[in-house]
Parts: sequence; C-alpha cells; structure tokens
Amino acid sequence: MLRLSSVRKTFYAGTANERRALQGIDLELAEGDFVTVIGSNGAGKSTLLNVIAGSLPVDAGRIEIAGRDVTRLPEHKRASGIARVFQDPQAGTAPHLNIEQNLAVALVRGRRRGLGKGVTRQRRRDFQDELSTLGLGLEQRMRHRVGLLSGGQRQALSLLMASFTRPQILLLDEHTAALDPQRAELVLSLTGRVVADSSLTALMVTHNMEHALRLGNRLLMMHEGEIIHELGPQQKAKATIRDLLDLFARSKSSMTDRNLLS
Amino acid sequence: MLSAIDLGLIYALLALGVFLTFRILNFADLTVDASFVTGGGAAAILITHGASPWLATGAGLVAGAGAGLVTGLLHTKLHIDPLLASILNMLALYSINLRIMGAGNLSLLRVDTIFTALQRDRMIGSWLSVLLLGAAALAVKLVLDWFLSTDFGLAVQATGDNLGMASSLGVSTDWTKIVTLMLANGLVGLSGAVMAQYQGFIDIGSGTGLILAGLASVIVGNAVLGTRFMFLATLGVVVGSVLYRLVIFFALKWEFFRAQDMKLISAALVIVALVVSQSKTLRNSFSRLSPWRPKADLPEPMGILPTPGAPLAVARTDSPVAARLAGGGAAEAPATDPGRPTFQLSPGDLERPEPEAGES
Repeated sequence: MLRLSSVRKTFYAGTANERRALQGIDLELAEGDFVTVIGSNGAGKSTLLNVIAGSLPVDAGRIEIAGRDVTRLPEHKRASGIARVFQDPQAGTAPHLNIEQNLAVALVRGRRRGLGKGVTRQRRRDFQDELSTLGLGLEQRMRHRVGLLSGGQRQALSLLMASFTRPQILLLDEHTAALDPQRAELVLSLTGRVVADSSLTALMVTHNMEHALRLGNRLLMMHEGEIIHELGPQQKAKATIRDLLDLFARSKSSMTDRNLLS
Repeated sequence: MLSAIDLGLIYALLALGVFLTFRILNFADLTVDASFVTGGGAAAILITHGASPWLATGAGLVAGAGAGLVTGLLHTKLHIDPLLASILNMLALYSINLRIMGAGNLSLLRVDTIFTALQRDRMIGSWLSVLLLGAAALAVKLVLDWFLSTDFGLAVQATGDNLGMASSLGVSTDWTKIVTLMLANGLVGLSGAVMAQYQGFIDIGSGTGLILAGLASVIVGNAVLGTRFMFLATLGVVVGSVLYRLVIFFALKWEFFRAQDMKLISAALVIVALVVSQSKTLRNSFSRLSPWRPKADLPEPMGILPTPGAPLAVARTDSPVAARLAGGGAAEAPATDPGRPTFQLSPGDLERPEPEAGES
C-alpha cells in the first residue's frame, strides 16, 4: 500500500546546523498494516510522516502509494489517499467553522470542490451517525463552533475527520501527546477501534511505549534518521516495555561506539 | 440623509469584498483602494464610448477581479507576503488605472448611466433609490452567503481559518486564495462602477482610504450583529457600511467640520471602531442593544465549553478578590468577560461564600 525506498531528507544542508533527519529509509506497509513508530526526539519520526504526507519534499528516494509514484506530488494532491491527525489538537480542525462544516470539508477530501451545498440534510444525518460512534455527545452539538470544544473533543473529531472517508493511509503524529492521560486514553481507544473497523493502513508515531505496544501489528524503532529495529507481529505481541528499553539502550550504545570508531 | 444611505449601500459591495479577504480568508488585502478605481474607470470609459451601462457595470466587476487575480498570483506563485503583494499591486494599478481612464478623471454627467432613469424622475437620494440599492446590496450579500455555504466556499473558509488543515484535507489553498481574491476585488470593482455612475464621475484618487472605510464597516457591522451566523455577519457588513456613511454625514453637518475634514473623521471613526471591538466591556454593553448578541470570543485554546449551571471556576470581576488583585476598587477590576471561563483560581475563591449582593 505504501512503499518508501531510500528516502533521504536533510535540513539546513551545508551549514553548521546540518541535520540528517532521514538517512535512506526503506519501508513497506501492506494493506491493513498498523505500524507504530517510536524513537527519541530528533529521530526523524515526524519528518517521516511529513514526507509521506507531502508537507515536506524529499531530497532523494521514492514514495509510492498503492503502486503510484507520489514523490513529487504536493500535499493537497496526495490528500485523496492520505489522511492525517496532528499532535496539536488545534491543527486538524477549523476553529471558526462548526462541527458539521468541518466534517463537510473533510468529506470532500481529495475530490473536486464544486458549488453544491456543503452541508445537506442527508450529509447532516450521516455526520450525526458518524459522530455518535465517538460516544462524546458531539452529535447534539453539530452547530457549535469547533473552537469551543476541549482538546480531547477536537482530537476525537480530527480522528473522525481523518478516517471516516476511509483513506488508503492514516498518519497519526503523536496525536495523544497533548492530551491529559484520561483523554489520551479515550482518543487512543477510539484510534484502535476506527482503524480496526475500517481496516485502515496506519502509521502511528508515539512517545508512549505502552501505546506503541498495545496498538498495531508492527513496531518500528527509529534513531538518528534510520530505522534501527523492527518488530513483526509475533515479536511485537510478546514484547514488553522493558524489552523495548533494553533494545533501545543497546542500539544507542552501539551507535555511539560506531561514531567513536568512525 | 437618504443620499448618505445610498452611498453606504453602494460602498457595502466594497465592504463585502473586504469582509471576504480580511475576515474569511484572513488575508490583509490592500488592493481595494486601487481595484475600486480599476472597476470604476473601466465602467466609465466604456460608457463614454457608448457601451451599455449595465454591460459596463459588469465590466467593472471583471476588471476588479483581474486586479484581484494579480494580487493572488503575486502571493501564491511568487510567495510574496499578502500585505506587500497587495501594496505592490496597488502601486502598479495606479498606472494601469490611468491607462484605462486615459485621464486623471472622467465625467459621466452627460451620458446615460444605470441611474439615468432615476435622475430624470429626480429620485436619486429618495426612498426609491434607497430601496433599489438596498435590494441590490442584499442580493449580492445573499449570493455571497450561498457561495460560502457550498463545498468550495467551506474550503475557502477552512483556508482562512486553518491553512494546514485545509491543505491536509486536499484543498488547493493557492486556488482558494486566488478565487477569493478575485471575487472580493470583483465586488470592489463593481462598487466602483456603480459609484462612478451614481456620482457622475470617477477620479484616479477616488479609492484612496476606502480600505479603511471597508474595514470600519466590517468591524462596526460585526460588532452590532455578531458573527455567529454567516447570514448575520454579511448583513452586519451592509448595515455597518450604511452606519459609517451616516456618521460621516452627521459629523459634516456639525458646523465645526468642513468638507475637507472628511478623511480625518473617517480615520477617527476607524480608530473608534477598532477600540470598541477590542474592548470586551464596551462591546458587550454595545451588543446588548442588539437583538442578536454576538457570541463571546473563543475561549483560550483547549478551553472547555461551560455547561449551563456547572460549577466552573469563573473569575468574577465583581468579586472582592478580583478587586483586590486589581489593586483598586471593583470598578477597576480587570476587564474579564464574565461569560468567559478563565482557569485561574485564587485560593480565596474556593473558601469564600458567594459575595453578598451589594458588596464591593
């Protein structure tokens, strides 16, 4: 469904601040894969999502979605196949539009936007059905501006807006990191349900190892722009947080050794 | 006074354009001052060359849209800051406008215009002209309401509200910006075309300062009718434009002012409108006059909507604690909107029983 081959991205190339965010990433996601990505700050996790979504151009390499080369396509042209939930609950919704208007903008994702009515009676009914699956009572507040919702509610709405059109790939960028533990739990369980219900192909970046282990069928560990470990379905099912920490500590020290020797 | 209302209704088209760019698209577009003359000049030159006045009025709209297109391209394709792109275009348009008009000003007094029939019956500045122009302004407002409610219009609103979100949902934000700038400046050009015919002339300087008049109309109108519903927000813009012209009209009636003071009055009016719209206390007391109270501003990011009756920690400006914090009498308490929850809780607030009525 998604294939990255030797994708490279360097920030501030040629300056003292040069940072190699992605150093030749190869990654393949089969349809229905739910991959969680962990790694320390600056490991290149967010850059990885940004290049897949097209909000950052790559320096080298190739990105394919469902067999189609999208490497040079701008973000809005990839959006028909890729949906995204950001870390910042305010990033994924328009605060001055109400809930049903936000959903209407999301509904037409990647299609031509014409002069037909945005929120029709039929669409409103569909939106209400979709919202009721969140269990937050938002279906009673269709005309409320999204800016009036709490962070957790906005993030749940973002998740719905990203997933209810069944995109080919769902990108989740630390989407529970800005929420309190209770809301994070809620949004995370919604995530699991939504991905399973629509059998989406998803890539979730997180700092929470417990979350990374609980959701998904594969796990990637990134460090300094490279994928240093990958756990397949069986390994991942058995792994514990302890294992991840050990794995991480080992690879980090080997990295340092390598740097020292080079 | 009726002719002041006429002016307000014609300038309302311009104000609707300003509303589109400043409020909906969140784009500080100053092209307006020049595109008004582009539209007015194009219409005037066509009329003096014998074109149908209605056709010429339409041409004014198209010419304005062309001006908007240039600003849009400068911003989206050459990545020039909105303010700078529009100022650059405004400068360039000054020369273009002179080319279009062929002279610094054009007179339409001896030719047929869309107002000729009204003039013949001496109905300019009468209730009839107010009625006709009002109907025209409302028709444009309704078209705008419809436009903004379509799939494309919602994409335009999303572009102005959250660019990253719009882009991630597949909206080509370059395209929505360009179309909106064309539409907005088209309305401005239309306003210029109608005004040239109403006044019987167009001057190269006719547009100077109109961006401020448009902004003032938007600010005043939205303060009066609120922005809760698009229908009221755009209606407010039309009302604001009329109010603005009425205030200037009455100010000029006062003997102290002379005609040349008009720009000064305009600037002062905009300042007052801006201050009023910033000050929550003033705006709330002002909006109490209105049957539709504008909703309070959005709460702080991540805020929670207060459910009616729920015991939320609401800083009360009338509580003695707030007064003490302000270091003065209750009258000088911080101007917190009472309807807006703030999450700063002073320790005293929890223990203290409800302040008795009449306290402080």
